[in-house]
Amino acid sequence: MCDTCGCEHGETAHEAAESRRIPVIQKLLSANDQAALENRQHLKAHGITAFNLMSSPGAGKTTLLLATIAALREQTRLGVIEGDTASQVDAEIIAATGTPVVQINTGGGCHLDAPMVHSALHALPLDALDVLFIENVGNLICPVAFDLGQNYKVALLSVPEGHDKPYKYPAIFEAVDVVVVTKADLMPYLDFDLEKFRALVHGLNDTAPVLTLSAKTGEGVADWLAWLGERFV
Amino acid sequence: MHELPLTEDILRIATQHAAGKPIIAIYLVIGDLTSFVDDAIQFYFDLIAPRTLAEGATLHFRRVAVRFRCRSCETEFAPVNHDWHCPACGALGGEVIAGKEFLVESIEVATEE
Ligand SMILES: Nc1nc2c(ncn2[C@@H]2O[C@H](COP(=O)(O)OP(=O)(O)OP(=O)(O)O)[C@@H](O)[C@H]2O)c(=O)[nH]1
Ligand SMILES: [Mg+2]
Ligand SMILES: [Zn+2]
Repeated sequence: MCDTCGCEHGETAHEAAESRRIPVIQKLLSANDQAALENRQHLKAHGITAFNLMSSPGAGKTTLLLATIAALREQTRLGVIEGDTASQVDAEIIAATGTPVVQINTGGGCHLDAPMVHSALHALPLDALDVLFIENVGNLICPVAFDLGQNYKVALLSVPEGHDKPYKYPAIFEAVDVVVVTKADLMPYLDFDLEKFRALVHGLNDTAPVLTLSAKTGEGVADWLAWLGERFV
Repeated sequence: MHELPLTEDILRIATQHAAGKPIIAIYLVIGDLTSFVDDAIQFYFDLIAPRTLAEGATLHFRRVAVRFRCRSCETEFAPVNHDWHCPACGALGGEVIAGKEFLVESIEVATEE
């Protein structure tokens, strides 16, 4: 029992009155941002342009990477970091093309962070790469909050997910440099409203182009390759 | 799940600024556009704060709603549910001018008598 007033809380409850407010104003995730800055410098020193691919699970990141590798491997030295909560499935698919790849397993974690990418960079032959694709963990929510040190952020949205997603996940569409609508071959079977989707994305972000493609049929892939090609250093 | 590294950051920043004094409260500002959930931060805080300067500290959350600035007429407005139209000119969406905040604003520490 407290000696000061006999209450049940003990002395500490009263000490709280003797307090002082200290202004801080410090951005959170600064440790991640610092690691991202180091990754960015590291990549720059090796002349590598890095792309962070983000989408829901199954939107078609790995499939688009395969199409991209097939188109560019002769002229550009590509590397891949695969982020998944578990398994080597995606890394094995990429490795089968002969492309250097490192799998990060987050063990249930819902996004990649900059320190994870830092470790992965050390496992890649950086001197032998021009371009690095980082496939983030399939998730529309948190990956975008974690800077990885990439040069460009890419959001993929597949046609079956629906055109209303910018309402529900505005942060990712607001933050990326390009939005890629995937699985365009499925348009005839679904009620995806491309113009509505484009208007919502541009409502949030008037600088990111909205590209449409199908990695299955190859339709639109050339526009994606052109967008990429303009960004290689 | 992703609130753990964030909560560690909160604790680290608060401890740095407390300069050895017991922390009574931490004031956070979190925009609605960030994906961070108050309850999850509180959950991890209760796990990691014991035996630190912030043991028993109260977390105060100030949420900041998303606001747009219309790209056509510069009117500032809050989107309502799935209505993103500018109330002045009807344009859709706008530059996000609030809702991305994400910081420790201040802390309250105990002072000796
Ligand atoms: N119809 C159609 N299916 C596609 C297309 N692209 C990918 N898919 C299919 O969609 C499924 C998921 O594709 P992935 O490339 O594995 O998707 P992901 O985004 O890498 O998935 P996670 O890594 O698990 O998040 C696979 O069955 C693909 O064959 C496309 O353009 N059209
Ligand atoms: Mg994949
Ligand atoms: Zn307007």
